[in-house]
Amino acid sequence: MSAKLEVLSQNLQKHLGDRIGSLQVALDEITVDIDVADYLGVMTILRDEPELRFEELIDLCGVDYSAYGNSEWFGKRFAAVSHLISITNNWRLRVRCFAAEDDFPSIPSLVPIWNSVNWFEREAFDLYGIVFPGHPDLRRILTDYGFIGYPFRKDFPIYGYVEMRYDPDQQRVIYQPVTIEPREVTPRIVREASYGDVGNV
Amino acid sequence: MSDIQNYTLNFGPQHPAAHGVLRMVLELDGEVVMRADPHIGMLHRATEKLAETKTWVQSVPYMDRLDYMSMMSSEHAYCLAIEKLLGIDVPIRAQYIRVMFDEITRVLNHLLWIGAHGIDVGAMTMMLYAMREREDLVDCYEAVSGSRWHAAYYRPGGVYRDLPDSMPKYKASKWKSAAQVNKLNEVRSGTLLDFLDDFVARFPKIVDEYETLLTDNRIWKQRLVNVGIVTPERAMQLGFTGPMLRGSGIAWDLRKKQPYAVYDRVDFDIPVGVTGDCYDRYLVRVEEMRQANRIIKQCIDWLRVNPGPVITNNHKVAAPPRASMKSNMEELIHHFKLCTEGIHVPEGQVYSAIEHPKGEFGIYAVSDGANKPYRLKIRSPGYVHLSAMNELTHGHMIADVVTMIGTIDIVFGEIDR
Repeated sequence: MSAKLEVLSQNLQKHLGDRIGSLQVALDEITVDIDVADYLGVMTILRDEPELRFEELIDLCGVDYSAYGNSEWFGKRFAAVSHLISITNNWRLRVRCFAAEDDFPSIPSLVPIWNSVNWFEREAFDLYGIVFPGHPDLRRILTDYGFIGYPFRKDFPIYGYVEMRYDPDQQRVIYQPVTIEPREVTPRIVREASYGDVGNV
Repeated sequence: MSDIQNYTLNFGPQHPAAHGVLRMVLELDGEVVMRADPHIGMLHRATEKLAETKTWVQSVPYMDRLDYMSMMSSEHAYCLAIEKLLGIDVPIRAQYIRVMFDEITRVLNHLLWIGAHGIDVGAMTMMLYAMREREDLVDCYEAVSGSRWHAAYYRPGGVYRDLPDSMPKYKASKWKSAAQVNKLNEVRSGTLLDFLDDFVARFPKIVDEYETLLTDNRIWKQRLVNVGIVTPERAMQLGFTGPMLRGSGIAWDLRKKQPYAVYDRVDFDIPVGVTGDCYDRYLVRVEEMRQANRIIKQCIDWLRVNPGPVITNNHKVAAPPRASMKSNMEELIHHFKLCTEGIHVPEGQVYSAIEHPKGEFGIYAVSDGANKPYRLKIRSPGYVHLSAMNELTHGHMIADVVTMIGTIDIVFGEIDR
């Protein structure tokens, strides 16, 4: 761990204490897991505390862990992962917050803390169905008007359920069930950890 | 007094100034914009979901199609993410080639931007000039990758091949006589580096030419100065990066602050704006073109004297050379495994960001140890900048909406993904 990351992780421990669910350091990046109950409080400290001072929220995205790895996933299913950056201190942080319920995932909105998160939360809502209470305008953003379902969830097929075409009889664009066959060129394979270990060459 | 109400105006998605497929619902009070609500997603292709169904290498060409005006930059971020997860080193020559093409891409992007922004605001000529110079630079793309736009030239572990010794040449046709073709091919007779050297020498004069057309132009200044002012505090709050942030006076550039590739070995300056209006962002981008030119020159000089490998010799990541694959059993196996199954990336998560011409372009990749990404999130700068549209246009005249679209430098490939 570089000296800079060392300082950041100490500052995090100092100001957040036991509110950090877990702190992992890997590949020169720090990831902290935050419980959904502490989420807003922790994020406000991260922004305002001079020893942390994350002025910008760079990114927030949803992740669906239900198909992770080879074995069954027993943890919580949906998470919102945000990437913060401090312009003053020049460091980055990844914050992960799992939604408490899988059936109705809900994570507090960060819009009052960082305005830039607005569309990211709309996107996570649109693609994963994660609800962000406190968001001023939680509408779908990327999918079509009137779209049904959450397309980036792992149980949503890559080909979708409906396709769109022009119907010459009705003289308008219509939706119909998909007619293409699912096809996978390269199967997805999870090998044991040492397989393809590039360090061995 | 009669009751005057605000009215709503639909802008786009098929509008020449919408830079693609932007639809905006504008609420107007007379000619003043009270609220702008961009509707995006008309170009949504679910790139991130598609990437989950493809092997790691197969998604490299998707990156070109994100921001189709600065193709190789997006590839760079994606390759960096994979390399970081794998923990492999990239040969130094490949890093110089990447930096050189990143900067060529920056010039390409800013040229299109200055042309499109010019047309939006009423300076027709800029587009024609900018396209003339872009032609030379896409020729460089063509020389290294065979493709003028969607290069797929960067690969995990390096770049696909070394710089070529010859440039593509014009052929005589019914539109171009033999004499014209000979004149055009004169600079194309040497290697790619010779051609670029010639371009780099010409380019500062060309930027001067652009500036004589725009910088002190009365109409240009009337349309840009004090339009769309963003204070540094608001710029950070709104998540601005790249020229949008620097235009507001914050000297933040990932190439300097968190250097990747060989940016710590080249010499360049970061231009910063003062007032944070559209005119400052214009000045910042013009200066960035000059600085990019400087970096390209330094890379050319280095690449001329330092031959070497351009892709890792770790054949679990990059395919072995054709000749050794045909003669060596081990290499044949590597080749077969790479082509049928792809790279296995160790479990973990990584965020790699680069200074894309439009701002910070990031790739957040989660791997569960499979031959495909588990989750790939593309953080595109245009998406965040466009989300500030409401705040930028509030209280401005309706004609300034177009200026604002221009100053954000929108490309829908990366916003909709």
